[in-house]
Amino acid sequence: MNSTLLRTSALRSAARATASTVSRAGLAGTTFIRGKATLPDLPYDYGALEPSISGKIMELHHKNHHNTYVTSFNTFSEQIAEAKQKSDIAAQIALQPMINFHGGGHINHSLFWENLAPTSQGGGEPPTGALSKAINDSYGSLDAFKEKFNAALAGVQGSGWTWLVQDVQTGSLQIRSYANQDPVVGQFRPVLGVDTWEHAYYLQYQNRKAEYYKAIWNVINWKAAEKRFQ
Amino acid sequence: MRGISSLLFCFLPLLNAPGTCASEQQPFEFGDMSAPQYTLPPLPYAYDALEPHISAQIMELHHGKHHQTYITNLNAALKTQAEAVHTSDITTQVSLQQGIKFNAGGHINHSLFWQNLAPASSADAKTSSAPELLKHIKATWGDEAKFKEAFNAALLSIQGSGWGWLVKVETGKEQRLAIITTKDQDPVVGKGEVPIYGVDMWEHAYYLQYLNGKAAYVQNIWNVINWKTAEERYLGTRADAFEILKASI
Repeated sequence: MNSTLLRTSALRSAARATASTVSRAGLAGTTFIRGKATLPDLPYDYGALEPSISGKIMELHHKNHHNTYVTSFNTFSEQIAEAKQKSDIAAQIALQPMINFHGGGHINHSLFWENLAPTSQGGGEPPTGALSKAINDSYGSLDAFKEKFNAALAGVQGSGWTWLVQDVQTGSLQIRSYANQDPVVGQFRPVLGVDTWEHAYYLQYQNRKAEYYKAIWNVINWKAAEKRFQ
Repeated sequence: MRGISSLLFCFLPLLNAPGTCASEQQPFEFGDMSAPQYTLPPLPYAYDALEPHISAQIMELHHGKHHQTYITNLNAALKTQAEAVHTSDITTQVSLQQGIKFNAGGHINHSLFWQNLAPASSADAKTSSAPELLKHIKATWGDEAKFKEAFNAALLSIQGSGWGWLVKVETGKEQRLAIITTKDQDPVVGKGEVPIYGVDMWEHAYYLQYLNGKAAYVQNIWNVINWKTAEERYLGTRADAFEILKASI
């Protein structure tokens, strides 16, 4: 999984020393390197995705929601480290859902910011190359793919995410929905994600979530998706 | 839609929802491909009656749009299910189950929720309207403050969309109280649990007013809990608690 946004503070200093490894080491940094997770900067202004996503939504979503996942993840990571030190297996297991939820929230949002872009920076421009071919092979056309993806988004019952993922074994593409902050890990590699928690759209679209699903394609950064696709 | 022809009268049901219309209960018959069709129960108060704790805009969207959508989707699924039963199409029947659970759950939860809220200035919103329930709460949690603290912690621990409920659990002759959380629109059904009151922790329940400050919503919701309804559900049976649902057929 690639995400240049997923850096720990330790990695950030490492990145200054050896700038070339940052992109590939992103997620590994979160998982293995001692150091706190930090809120990544958005690669564009809060208002840059308007009118598809309002500046107010982006600001709350990034500065408040994402940041809460980051700080909670750090807190529970410390607790699980303590439990490990004390060989307290029960406490470690009890903390797993918190790591999954808050760590998942950090991963998901970091990938999400990156796979969005203002129209002036290529947002909404269709994919090219291998990813474009794979989408056409799997779904017939980009429009047919979007239709299926939006149907998956609409089918999420409660809070969650819909992702275009790549099966790491077969390389094939799939559309998969995940509950709450469950991250795309294991058998699948995230290519492109859309947040369908109500906080992602409610201030602007209220209950008309189908309008949000339609509008978001105008700010999808297919260049970021292409980099994740292997 | 046989429900319309059998509309007999409007009455004041047990659970403090003046103006709720009830229809005569009809036996549920799959054979003729009919299915019960539910309608949106009217709110027992005005949209702005819970201000400043819950804004009129939230109430209007929540009741008029969100709750209505669960009902619309439930009715469609029940109709498809009735047809699938009629044609002995078991795979379709099974594939409909999750959608029915979600949308019926949304209808059940919201119907109970509207009734277990009341304007802050009303007598119903005072805990003194629930003397027997309060005794049991104090016996279980020590005092009212500790109970509220436990309930708030449960609400804030929900990961994603869901509900927190105070329930009465009936095990044989014994009755005990419990705080439970449910995910998405899973309704409180089965396992001998009677819902006493619930708090909606979906973001649509508070976001327009509280944004990411859900702890403030959780604090303020106590001002508009309908303790009279809570007492009635506590003293009543499961069937009593769900009476509102029959009224919405």
